[in-house]
Amino acid sequence: MFGDLSTRLSDTFRNLRTRGKLTEADIDGTLRDIRKALLEADVSLDVVKDFVASVRVRALGDEVSKALNPAEQVVQIVNSELVEILGGESRQLRLAKNPPTVIMLAGLQGSGKTTLAGKLALWLKSQQQTPLLVACDLQRPNAVNQLTVLAERAGVDVFAPEPGNGVGDPVKVAKQSIDHAKSKAHSVVIIDTAGRLGVDEEMMQQAIDIRNQTDPDEVLFVIDAMLGQDAVDVAKAFNDGVGVTGTVLTKLDGDARGGAALSVSSVIGENVLFSSTGENLEDFEPFYPERMASRILDMGDVLTLIEQAQKTFDEKQQQELAEKIAKESFTLEDFLDQMQQLKKMGSMKSLLGMMPGAGNMKKQMEDFDEDELKHTEAIIQSMTPVERQQPRVLNGSRRQRIARGSGTTVTEVNSLVNRFEQAAKMMKTMSKGGTPQMQGMNMAQLGGGNPSAKKSKGKKKKVSKSGNPARRAAEERALLEGKPNKTDGGGSAFGL
Amino acid sequence: MVDFKFWRKGAKQDELAEVELPKRDLSGIRSLFPGEMSSDSIQDLEDILLMADFGFQASEDIVSQLKSRANKLGATSDAELRLVLKDLLVEYLQREDAQLNLTSGKLPYVFLVVGVNGAGKTTTIGKLGRWLSDGGWKVVLGAADTFRAAAVDQLATWAKRAETDLVSPEKPGQDPASVAYQTVSRAIETDADIAIIDTAGRLQNKKDLMDELGKIRRAVEKIAQVDEVLLVIDSTTGQNGLSQARAFSEVADVTGMVLTKLDGTAKGGVLYAIQREFDIPVKLVGVGEGINDFAFFSAEQFARGLVAR
Repeated sequence: MFGDLSTRLSDTFRNLRTRGKLTEADIDGTLRDIRKALLEADVSLDVVKDFVASVRVRALGDEVSKALNPAEQVVQIVNSELVEILGGESRQLRLAKNPPTVIMLAGLQGSGKTTLAGKLALWLKSQQQTPLLVACDLQRPNAVNQLTVLAERAGVDVFAPEPGNGVGDPVKVAKQSIDHAKSKAHSVVIIDTAGRLGVDEEMMQQAIDIRNQTDPDEVLFVIDAMLGQDAVDVAKAFNDGVGVTGTVLTKLDGDARGGAALSVSSVIGENVLFSSTGENLEDFEPFYPERMASRILDMGDVLTLIEQAQKTFDEKQQQELAEKIAKESFTLEDFLDQMQQLKKMGSMKSLLGMMPGAGNMKKQMEDFDEDELKHTEAIIQSMTPVERQQPRVLNGSRRQRIARGSGTTVTEVNSLVNRFEQAAKMMKTMSKGGTPQMQGMNMAQLGGGNPSAKKSKGKKKKVSKSGNPARRAAEERALLEGKPNKTDGGGSAFGL
Repeated sequence: MVDFKFWRKGAKQDELAEVELPKRDLSGIRSLFPGEMSSDSIQDLEDILLMADFGFQASEDIVSQLKSRANKLGATSDAELRLVLKDLLVEYLQREDAQLNLTSGKLPYVFLVVGVNGAGKTTTIGKLGRWLSDGGWKVVLGAADTFRAAAVDQLATWAKRAETDLVSPEKPGQDPASVAYQTVSRAIETDADIAIIDTAGRLQNKKDLMDELGKIRRAVEKIAQVDEVLLVIDSTTGQNGLSQARAFSEVADVTGMVLTKLDGTAKGGVLYAIQREFDIPVKLVGVGEGINDFAFFSAEQFARGLVAR
């Protein structure tokens, strides 16, 4: 029905790029598409208008008409304007000179404040801080309880003197928590507050009182990435009320296009500091405007991917793998090993989402079934060491035994062996510097998924989106070593 | 006004009685146009609708419809245009099936409540429970959100406020399908009228979590029918609401929507697009944190509120 913003803009730019010279009408046509795409991504109307206007001015100027590739130039402009709105450079959390640093969280009901408080605490703990969680949401049933449980999971202290559920004065608790933190030598105080609507004057006053009593170094405005046009009004209300110093974007692991991030940043002019991306306490990271803009513009989030890969794959293992591939001694055992390492990096879908061109692969990503990886694992685990080392010994009866052992069918075993052989062949070609034949290899298949899934529309060569763990690992290694694999001159990230 | 004709157990066992439940009206919808409407300003309506989260397509459609209809009827004044617009919205939003499915007479009724994280599922259940209790119904709530920290306690608090029975997991992290099953079994054993099952919030692109909803449903269907699957959507949600509606209706067979937090500045325009595109009626709206702060959706009242001066 509608693709995400990345897909839409790719299509738009593809049309643009078929022409060498851009007329004013061309640019206006493109801007209309961008406007629509941004609106569908929930960027607020006022922001969209301003954005389109400033892109237009620049697009009609000399920098485009004199550019060698005008279309490419428009893309650059859109990208840089997006980064601009998103806050330019990433900003660090402001820590107080004299501890404790006080961080107050504020936002609408259900934006994810309490969960975020837990994540922030765990993250700060990993930064050698000693955070204290303070339960000032005395409104929502069992918010205090939830925060206490999260504190326990994160292994940090919690200050929760009041039971909540409408009992207790949050302003008093906030005030007491600072003394408590000082006496226990906590370096950071994180104050979780009740969700409130921007129009609720009484509740906003309460938030202001909490702020006045605690003099926070940061007032973080927590917003749901799914927020629509209301984002602007809400941001204004909170900014005018409590005075926001930074924003945190939550639920970014959903399929929301996150237009609210653009709206909020442009309205309150303060940076987005963190993004929260999942149900576990570890699913939390600093926010990088360039990466977000790239993601929106379908340039992929390769940096995050590399960081995750660095966390997961150690260098020695990579070296060994490279040698094996070169020596053609890559076995099913290595294949399994790679797959298990890859799983440590996160779900296949979230990894694929970061790959450039992911917008075009939406359909395939939906078809990708994480369970299939488990089947593949089960099949390999049902093999004897000899079979794993030398798949050619796999005759009919062995295959039948493996199918029974892994709870799969002979067909599935056959298809895995075939896929492995193809992959091994491909890697060999690649390690010799050749161009692999992508025949019939698409993502869904590599994972063992629906073999009838359509082939990828946008075949990009710049960065592969191979789902093959081993091959991907090889590519990631190339990226880590700073060798862009197969740079295609122009460096188009838009699939042309 | 909603006309209530719901069936539950009568005074005598095994007999069904027609019961009336307290009425709840939708009010306090914020107007779209504080300013004057005129033939010249119709085009501005598109921006206004966009800002109310109606979405690109719906905004365009509504404006072109309004133009042609105003032309045909010769409506030009502010009052006339507002009336034409109201009728237009009502026409598209009015549905026969906006009532809760409480009429089959097969007891216990079973409701599943689903939605993304933070939409307001648990609160909605608390309000529904109170309302049904007030009407003399025997209600069992099931805490099948075994994932989020303290979610069970949150529902327990609501169960207390609503004076309903509650089935909670025996241990944290228990399979939600088994909690759902136990909830319905309890409802059957205790001769309750209705079981309402709370589920964990899940983002619609998480396949494994979405599959879990199917499992919960199948578990319930071993012993009872599922009368209603309510998808709870936060009215501040933008166009992502469409994606939520699509994904949840695919796996969980959604029968109705609940639009929450309509007491803020959000207009909830996305419900218009969802109802038209996915053919799912909006049944309830949430308008505050109090236990009685909800209303039955009425297209007439909603549209009237939007076009009021």
